[in-house]
Amino acid sequence: MARAPEAPKFIGAPIKRRDDPRLIQGLAHYVDDFQLPGTLHLAFARSPYGHAEVRGVDVSRALGAPGVVAVYTGAGLAGKIGPVPVAGLVPDAKVPVQPVLAGERALFAGEPVAAVAAETRYQARDAADLIEVDYRALDAVVDLEKALAPGAPKVHPQFGDNAAFRWEIKGGDAEAGLRAAEVVIKQKIANPRVAPLALEPRGVLASYLPGEDRMTIWSSTQVPHKLRTLLAQQIGMAENRIRVIAPEVGGGFGSKLNVYREEALAAHASRELGRPVKWIESRSENFLATIHGRGQLGEVELGLKRDGTLTALRYNVLADCGAYYQLLTVSIFTLTGLMLPGPYKIPNIEMKVTGVFTNKMATDAYRGAGRPEATYILERMLDLAAAELGMDPAEIRRKNFPAKSEFPYPTSAGLTYDSGDYHATLDKALQRAGYKEMRREQAEERKKGRYLGVGLSTYVEICGMGPSAAMGGQGWESARVRVEPTGKVTVFSGASPHGQGQETSFAQIAAEGLGVAVEDVEVIHGDTDVVPYGVGTFGSRGTAVGGSAVVFARDKVREKMARFAALHFEADPADIAFADGKVFVRSAPEKSAPFARIAQMAYDAIQLPPGTEPGLEETHFFEPPNFTFPFGAHVVLAEVDPETGEARILRYVAVDDVGNMINPLLVRGQIHGGIAQGAGQALEEEVIYGEGGQPLNATLMHYALPKAHLLPRFELDHTTTPTDVNPLGAKGVGEAGTIGSTPAVVNAVLDALAPFGVRHLDMPLRPEKVWRAIQAAQASTGGAR
Amino acid sequence: MNVSLRINGQPRRFDVEPRILLVHLLRDAAGLTGTHVACETSVCGACTVLLDGKAVKSCTVLAVQAEGCEVTTIEGLAPGGKLHPLQEQFWEKHGLQCGYCTPGMILTAWQLLQRNPDPGEAEVRHGIEGNLCRCTGYEHIVDAILAAAAQMRGEA
Repeated sequence: MARAPEAPKFIGAPIKRRDDPRLIQGLAHYVDDFQLPGTLHLAFARSPYGHAEVRGVDVSRALGAPGVVAVYTGAGLAGKIGPVPVAGLVPDAKVPVQPVLAGERALFAGEPVAAVAAETRYQARDAADLIEVDYRALDAVVDLEKALAPGAPKVHPQFGDNAAFRWEIKGGDAEAGLRAAEVVIKQKIANPRVAPLALEPRGVLASYLPGEDRMTIWSSTQVPHKLRTLLAQQIGMAENRIRVIAPEVGGGFGSKLNVYREEALAAHASRELGRPVKWIESRSENFLATIHGRGQLGEVELGLKRDGTLTALRYNVLADCGAYYQLLTVSIFTLTGLMLPGPYKIPNIEMKVTGVFTNKMATDAYRGAGRPEATYILERMLDLAAAELGMDPAEIRRKNFPAKSEFPYPTSAGLTYDSGDYHATLDKALQRAGYKEMRREQAEERKKGRYLGVGLSTYVEICGMGPSAAMGGQGWESARVRVEPTGKVTVFSGASPHGQGQETSFAQIAAEGLGVAVEDVEVIHGDTDVVPYGVGTFGSRGTAVGGSAVVFARDKVREKMARFAALHFEADPADIAFADGKVFVRSAPEKSAPFARIAQMAYDAIQLPPGTEPGLEETHFFEPPNFTFPFGAHVVLAEVDPETGEARILRYVAVDDVGNMINPLLVRGQIHGGIAQGAGQALEEEVIYGEGGQPLNATLMHYALPKAHLLPRFELDHTTTPTDVNPLGAKGVGEAGTIGSTPAVVNAVLDALAPFGVRHLDMPLRPEKVWRAIQAAQASTGGAR
Repeated sequence: MNVSLRINGQPRRFDVEPRILLVHLLRDAAGLTGTHVACETSVCGACTVLLDGKAVKSCTVLAVQAEGCEVTTIEGLAPGGKLHPLQEQFWEKHGLQCGYCTPGMILTAWQLLQRNPDPGEAEVRHGIEGNLCRCTGYEHIVDAILAAAAQMRGEA
């Protein structure tokens, strides 16, 4: 593939972020920071029940409340706004219609039933509290296994049962592989629901101008164009009359890769009322009505030879969909299936998934989105197998890796891993950790009554999403690069970064090939009126796909600029070079002009090279030929206090291979944050619904997010195995930390508990759960072995 | 009712409902939107401001409670546009990603360094336990605070 001929100057440099000055001074603008005159505020009345019949909605008191301009109910909106869009379905999936406001039944706690638009946000909330809904509580479906039992209450009676979809993936013959195995390890494993918890809650500001018949929507979204297209259809407006702006977005982690009910109603209300309408989510609404992640409960069987060689993996899993699908609910579980073999040679795999409707908020993409679930079961099973066979956990992993020479490596799940050197990352991680020394220390300390555990995880993930055909559409990303007449460079990206730092890394990419300073490049994103149609930022695709689009657009512009320079210097366009703000003839460097002068010539267009249009602006839609497959090895040293059950991470070593790095500083930040999120799931985080579908910990007082003092200093290192899937050789890094860390932490804690005979515990490994397990084990065995 | 206070050194007077939260006065009435709301339960610290030099969570302070007080928000930390060492080091050490927690994190760190100009890493980690960040895993934030402390002591 095309590569910039010059030695890299900016790509690979740990350049400080250019977006930081506005953020550290409080001068950036998130959705709620835009204040338009005449704005109405939206507030929702939400079902307090997991499952309830809505027998009546009395809005009379709300309508008479101060400042109230409009009140909306499900009945009143019928026929005016379409259902919430879904995509990524599998064949035969039952698809419930998700209304913007509940109709005759409310299907999860927090489901919007009615809404108020009022002059101030206080008035809107006051009035929402005055809406009287006559509910009749119904039995709720909460537990995944009970949901499928005969006689269970039905989330959607029209479907007959709570099975939302069935999907399977097979490679080889898992049944035969398990029969041929000398040892079969079985374990039931849960991957509980967690909340993405972007610190900025969701928010939308819709402003419709009746005269122009145009709407501007500021939304805290990861996918502005997708939101525009889908929302336009939902509210019945031409999409080219809608402008979606994703301003500063305060984190997403997948939760803002969606079109939500509140956005649709805000847009509809603004159009109907002719005034700006704003809705800013509260944190409790964020827990109740923003998607959750994970939510799998399955039986795993792993077959091995006595020497540790893997023969088969089978996973029968129930997938918790919630009451309705959001945009990608169903497709998340298919990603688990595709990544089931992980970084190992497993000739026979099978996953059968049954989607289950429950009276809960939908699950959808949360950092990792299906891949952490695959890695988690695999890494847990390998530790169980190593214990069973008396092998070292590092050894059983190493034994089953494909060799570096086997790449591109076709897996039994039907993917082809682009490039890899799994032995190298594991070896480096073990060396960095001082693995043998760790094991010695563990044995020594155990004699003194300290319970240390060492946990490993080796992972591969699927990133750079991805070829369009393999993704069910829209796997590309767009970029437009314009060299301005003054020589400044503007990059317009279809990606929509929200904290990842591509305002900096994309500037590095553009500056690299054009020989200008990074400071002279401006990166524009997140505005559908300004940037080319884009897909968005998710699935660790921003740089691998979006950055590659910048490379191609930049090269097209450079090629055109070279023609203008060639005309000026009377040289061959192929002999034109760009460096240090100058354009010159490579074979005759005295023929040189400032970059800006050549740029101006292209716009003056007094002389045009043959067959060349004026101007310097080029667009590229980059379609990747394959996914990318970053990988890594994480090693954790943890300690469990047997008196309290508290597990602490003492050391965290991560060696990741994300291919080429554009900006290593940003890469490190992504890995840090990912590790923290994965460790949070391992030890603390879980969205808990009670029997009646009641959320039991839907505040940050009750849902434990990782805090600074609970995390160790991260010991990071990397190997670099570029991909040939894109011109940057970059694989993507947004989710690596999350995928690697959850099993590494859990494995470490369970390794610490091994002397008590504790074989497996489901996440989160909170002190109470660990303490109870120790107590139970001691009661049955009379103490630690 | 009326509330008079100083915001970032400027005397200001507002007519507000008694129930209005300080954070809403700052954001909606005073137009200082650098202070963010994220949990509304004083757990996350995104709304942290300095009230008479003490870091408080402005989502659980009534505006009227700030009567006669000096409020410093993130916008007031670097008067004249010269960055405070904490701001400089958050930038330098990549101490932020989405930036939503950052203003509150910086003001909490400001108080931490007022009380302890030479903290160790563990003290910094405990000192910011009332501020949540979902993006960074905290390490670069801790590095930034330690570096700012050194800079403020004149060591860097």
